[in-house]
Formats: sequence, structure tokens, C-alpha cells
Amino acid sequence: MAADASILQMLAWGDQGWSRPLLFGLGVTVTCASLGYVLGVALGFAIALAKLGSNRWIAGAANLYTTVMRGVPPLLVIFLLFFGTNGALMWVARGFGYTGYIEIDAFSVGVMAVTLVSASYSSEVFRGAHGTIPAGQFEAFAALGLRPFLGLYLVIMPQMFRQALPGLGNVWIMAIKETTLLSVISVAELMRVVGLAGRTTGQPFVFYGAAAVIYFVLVAVSSRVFVAVENRMRWG
Amino acid sequence: MDFETTLHVASELAGAIWVTLALAAATLPLGFVLAGIATWARASRHGSLRAIASAYVLAFRSTPLLVQIFVLYYGLSQFAWLRESPAWILLREPFACAVIAMSLCSGAYTAEVMRGGLAAVPKGAIEAARALGLSSIKVFFLVTAPIAVRRALAAYSNEIVVTLKATSLASTITVMELTGVAKDLMSETFAVIQVFCMVAAIYLVINSALILGLRLLEIYLAPQHERPLRHQRRRNRKAEVRSADA
Repeated sequence: MAADASILQMLAWGDQGWSRPLLFGLGVTVTCASLGYVLGVALGFAIALAKLGSNRWIAGAANLYTTVMRGVPPLLVIFLLFFGTNGALMWVARGFGYTGYIEIDAFSVGVMAVTLVSASYSSEVFRGAHGTIPAGQFEAFAALGLRPFLGLYLVIMPQMFRQALPGLGNVWIMAIKETTLLSVISVAELMRVVGLAGRTTGQPFVFYGAAAVIYFVLVAVSSRVFVAVENRMRWG
Repeated sequence: MDFETTLHVASELAGAIWVTLALAAATLPLGFVLAGIATWARASRHGSLRAIASAYVLAFRSTPLLVQIFVLYYGLSQFAWLRESPAWILLREPFACAVIAMSLCSGAYTAEVMRGGLAAVPKGAIEAARALGLSSIKVFFLVTAPIAVRRALAAYSNEIVVTLKATSLASTITVMELTGVAKDLMSETFAVIQVFCMVAAIYLVINSALILGLRLLEIYLAPQHERPLRHQRRRNRKAEVRSADA
């Protein structure tokens, strides 16, 4: 394609335009962010339970994990996983007697990175939400004869999620922003596609600008959705 | 990891710490000034000024920092007229580009911190100062600002940590700071976990030092009766010693 093609031509649909690759990149971004987010929130909940539990060693380990993950740049975590997972997996596999070569693709590494970082942040969100629930609620379910796990599930968790929603919304937006970093380990998400398009057409400003607009819309829509869900789940 | 590799890794990382600190030290004051301007503009009487400032804060908070850095560093090189203008001396430097992009981003977030601090100033205090006949500049510097700074410090220390972590993105445009050096060392020595632990420890130490410093500043700025008891006593003791000397 000529370097002086008009913006409309470049962004057109079809073989000549970049719309299809951009949409594909956006798909990878959203898939990676949502997979990592869902897994991360689940892991974060488990970590929050570990922090609130009575075992001091497990709570200490959970706190250490959160401190490290929140104090270190996400990019460093991505590099750790990118260079480290293959070796770690082969080490584990050798324990089982398998000596072949194992390789994890960059996309899985990306999902893992988003998972680990959002787990640390969402665990803090859950712990904060747990703290806002009055002690009377715990006494009430115990008085009803519910066992701790059932009481947690039926009484505490519904209230916790309501409290945690704004924080979880922030974690989701962070997950979207973190996926941009995956372009450095060559995951074919939006930033990667945009970089390629910019180099090919010689118009990087147009394409990085387009990426900025797309991320802006993604974040704006996400926060609207979270506010709508919050309003729906409000008391009364 | 043998001794020689450890030494090599340590010396490489020690050099990179300064790059990370320099990025943060250049970004934070610039971001603070930008945030101050944005906060002032958002409270302005002119609607257009308010709209511009709000758009700035919204735009830079809703887009990823990496996109901002790439637009500035790779995107602007598209324009021939810009490449020939004197501004190019600054914009072709990756370090300068990283600092500009990060300052703009940090400014947008800090503007929110400042707004939170200003919103926490009790209306009664400002009215009382007005009633005493202070001019609006004096009201700001003697009443509003001291209270707002104290209220906003905790949130601002959070922003400082975010900025420190954000400096890692400079490595994507060839500024070799801690994370960039760590990446090279990981692929070079294959001691991935060891390098990660060393770099993580460095970040955690810098973070903790900054947080501790700001916490002490917060205590120092707090009036006597709002301080934690431990710090109250110590200060009073010092004051006693000083008066005894005199």
C-alpha cells in the first residue's frame, strides 16, 4: 500500500484496509484481558480468604505475594513468566520422567501475567470488602446454625461482592491496560497490530492514535457497564 | 548462578537503578506542575478552560500509558515538518519522550488526587478565613492548601509508587532502566528467578523508602493533636531539650 494513502483507505474494510487486522487484535486484547481477569479474580478471592484465615503462615505467604506483585512493574512479571515458565515446566516434567522440550506460547504467558497481577489487586479489594461487613452478620449466621463455609457463601459473599464491585471495575480497567504490555513479548494483540500497521504504511501516528481511541472507548464502555451493575445491585 | 554471574548481574542492575530513579525524579515534579495547572483550570470561571482540563484528565486516565508513549515517540516521527522543527531535538530522545509521556499521564492522575484533597477541606474553615478578612490568595496559602496537602498526601504517595512502576515502560523505547536491563539479563544468563528476585527487591526497597518518607512528612505536617502519640512525645521532648539549652 502506498505511504500516502488516505486515512479512510487505510482503515477501510477488506484486503487493502487495516480494519480486519485491527479488529482481530482487539479480539485478542479482549480475550486475553477477560480470561486473565476472570482467573485473576477467582485466584484473588482465594488469596483474600488465605489472608483472612487463621493460619499465620498461609496469611503471611499471601501478604508477601500481594506486596511483591503490587510493588513490582507488571512488565517485570511478564518477563519473568516469558523467560521462566518453559524452564519451570520442564523442571516439573522432568520430575515425572518426561525429558522432552516444552514450550508455552506467548498468549498463555500473557493470560498468566494478567491473572497474577489482577489476583493481587483483587485480593486487596476483597479483603477491604470483607472488612466493611458488620460483625453482626457473622454472629447472625452462626446463630442460625450455618457452618462457616455455608455462611460465607450464603450471607457474607453476596454482601462482599456488592462492596467489591467498584474495586473490581478498577482491576478490570487495569487488566485491559496491562494487555498493551504483552506486545513486547509478541502477543498479536491490538498494540502489536497497530505497530505493524504503522510501520507498513509509514503512518504510525494515525494507527497509534486509532489505538488510543479504541482503548478509550473500551475503558469508557467498561466503566459505564460497571456503574450500571453497581446501581442494579444497590440496596433498596 | 555462580559468583561471576552474580557480580555481573549486580553491577548491571546497580547502573540501571539510577536510570529508573532519574526517570521518576524527572517525571514526578513535571507531573505535579501539570496537575496543578489542570486543577487550577478545572476550577476556573471560564467554561472552555474547564472543559479542556477535564478532557485532558479523562483522556490520559482512560488510555494505557504505553499507547501514550508510543504515540509520542513513534507516532510523531511521521510528520516531516516536526522532524525539521527545533522541538525535534527533544522529541527524538527516547528519555525525553518517556519523561514527557509519563508526566502527562502522572499529571492527569495527580490532578484527581489534588481534587480529592481540595474537596476534603471543610467549607467552614474557608468561610472563617474569609470572615477574618483574608484575601483569596492568603486564604488559599494559609488555610486551603495546608489542609488539602495533608489530606492528599496518602493518595499522592500511592501515585508516586504507580509512577515508579510506570518508569519500566521506558524500556520499550530503548531507555535501559531496571526492567529493561532485567530483561536482557534474564535472556542472557537464564537465571530468571534470581534476576527477578533481585530486581523485585530493588523496587520494593525504593517503594518502601518513598512510602516511609511520605508517611513521616504526613506526620510532620499534621498538627500536634492529630499526630500518633509516639511522634507527639518525641517532638515535645525535643522542644524541651531545645528550651533547656536556651
